[in-house]
Amino acid sequence: MQRVRTAPPRYWLVAVVVIFFVGFPTVISSFLASEWAQALILAIAIMGLNILVGYSGQLSLGHGAFMAMGAYISAILAHQYKVDYLLTIPVAAVTTGMVGFLFGVPALRLSPLYLALATFALAVVSPSIIKRPHELTGGVQGILIAQPDPPPVVGDLFTTVTGTAMTSDQWIYYIALACALLLFWLAWNLSRHRPGRAMRAIRDGEVAAAASGVNVAGYKTLAFGISAFYAGTAGSLFGLSTGFISPDTFPVSLSIQLLVGAVIGGLASIPGPLLGAIFAYFLPIGSNQWVPSQTWLPEQITSTVKNAGPAVSYGVVLILIMIFAPNGIVGLIRAGYANLNRRLRGAGDRETGQIPPDPQTV
Amino acid sequence: MQEFLQLVVSGIATGAIFASLALALVLIYNAMGLVNFAQGEMAMFAAFIAYTLINHGMSFWIAFPVTMVLAFGGGILIQRIVIKPVERAPVLTLVIITLGLATLVNGFAGFIWGYVPRYFGSPFSSDSIDLGGVFLNERDLGVIGVSGLVLLAVYLLLQHTTVGLTLRAAAHHPEASRLLGVHVSWMLALGWGLASAVGAVSGMMVAPILLLEPNMMQTIIIYAFAAAVLGGIESPLGAVVGGLVVGVVINLAGAYIPNAGDLQLAFGLGIIILVLILKPNGLFGRAATRRV
Repeated sequence: MQRVRTAPPRYWLVAVVVIFFVGFPTVISSFLASEWAQALILAIAIMGLNILVGYSGQLSLGHGAFMAMGAYISAILAHQYKVDYLLTIPVAAVTTGMVGFLFGVPALRLSPLYLALATFALAVVSPSIIKRPHELTGGVQGILIAQPDPPPVVGDLFTTVTGTAMTSDQWIYYIALACALLLFWLAWNLSRHRPGRAMRAIRDGEVAAAASGVNVAGYKTLAFGISAFYAGTAGSLFGLSTGFISPDTFPVSLSIQLLVGAVIGGLASIPGPLLGAIFAYFLPIGSNQWVPSQTWLPEQITSTVKNAGPAVSYGVVLILIMIFAPNGIVGLIRAGYANLNRRLRGAGDRETGQIPPDPQTV
Repeated sequence: MQEFLQLVVSGIATGAIFASLALALVLIYNAMGLVNFAQGEMAMFAAFIAYTLINHGMSFWIAFPVTMVLAFGGGILIQRIVIKPVERAPVLTLVIITLGLATLVNGFAGFIWGYVPRYFGSPFSSDSIDLGGVFLNERDLGVIGVSGLVLLAVYLLLQHTTVGLTLRAAAHHPEASRLLGVHVSWMLALGWGLASAVGAVSGMMVAPILLLEPNMMQTIIIYAFAAAVLGGIESPLGAVVGGLVVGVVINLAGAYIPNAGDLQLAFGLGIIILVLILKPNGLFGRAATRRV
């Protein structure tokens, strides 16, 4: 019998990454910190999608709609009922999670294809549904969200380290980082224990999983609920970091961006969503800024590329990754590492030294 | 009553457009068990090609078949380049690839033609025909006529020619067809080409109604999904009936439900969800059986 081996968690690497993200805002500008905060928020939403798509094998193209829901719950609570915004984040997360759980019930009956179709329709329709109750959601005008000032303790600590006062953007970065760390830790635990194993079993063979006593319906809806919980948290934080939400903050392309991030990073992996989020967030920004900065190109071309660049680069990357590296960046790194290991150890003990290649996850 | 009949006729005209796009979806679903999320964007691209041809002095009625042929070629090309390497991949992979294709085609159109909406002249006059007190718009009748002819042609091709027979055989029983000497992979490419050409018709018919821009089909594709799901996603006849029903329902709802304007799209979503919950196989679909 072949023993299933996974790479042992490398705690030193995790520590390096955490220290990097904690220290990062002290060396970059406040504006860059707010960009990285959004990348982290995207990472949370992508982790949610990763749990659903990567682990439980259900495809959702409508996670932007769950993000919108989380953002609007927080914004309405803070704006209309004057609740402290930070307190609304868990409320938004739990409510969205419950809605996701309920959404998972009819989703059980659908084949993956129909589920993709229904969630895609949800993503397309959600902006026009949000506009409807405009006394609640502000209609097209959206809702302004006041960004909180850092509490004195944290602000003073930051000032002693960097010598400058902490801006609210930097404070929001740390809120996002704290949420991301907590949720990634939860996802890591989830993936290693009973629910994670059950979900993967369902993904790889529903009938076999059911025959082995896995509660297929329960875990599938649970995956939907958890995934919406993540998306709701991310949406709520997203509103906080942009300071303004409107129906057009959550277009279909946001749902696509989430999917791109999940796929590029590597499905069914814990570091994948983080890598994918950084890539998916900075790819359009990069392609937006690089081309227009080339002054030798005629104005017309640069303005078109500014508009079309993100879509084209997303499309190309998505297709190429799916064809050539279905396990994403993480898959590539693992394959490269295994390859290197094999070469270093020589051909003699090739059978014992390598990590078995991951099965295709999608 | 007259108003109702007029609304029904213009609903059928919109429905005919949905039907063409839904039929394109069904053709690809039948060929490889996949919903092509890029179908709408491909149709949009075809409409842009027709626009360019017309702008270069071609008449609409020459540009129309030329665009269909180009779309046919384009569909085959896409299948050969993008889909063939992953033909046997799980359905999730395929769905993600068609989504990537959709974004790519959308961005590409924006890259070439920009995002400023363009006026696409209708080939039909905007006169009305008085039919016993019911005023029928010639544009609506024209759209119904053209779409009807195309759908009829597809039906004849699939049911009454050798190519159609081979196409259906390759889709339903790939192994047996291969043993009988059918080039299954090329038949799939042919299916993609055919779907692309049929979809192009919907693009060219819808462009004069909406303005031509890269995101033009984003709402239409939702209605086409609704139509395909309603009709049963594997039934070409169902796609056509579903398209007509969705068109009429949307049109009537828009007229009789107050302030329905921007919620029309939500009706499309509503139809999809209701059908999937109540009757997942649609009106004309067969119950799915699963081999364990």
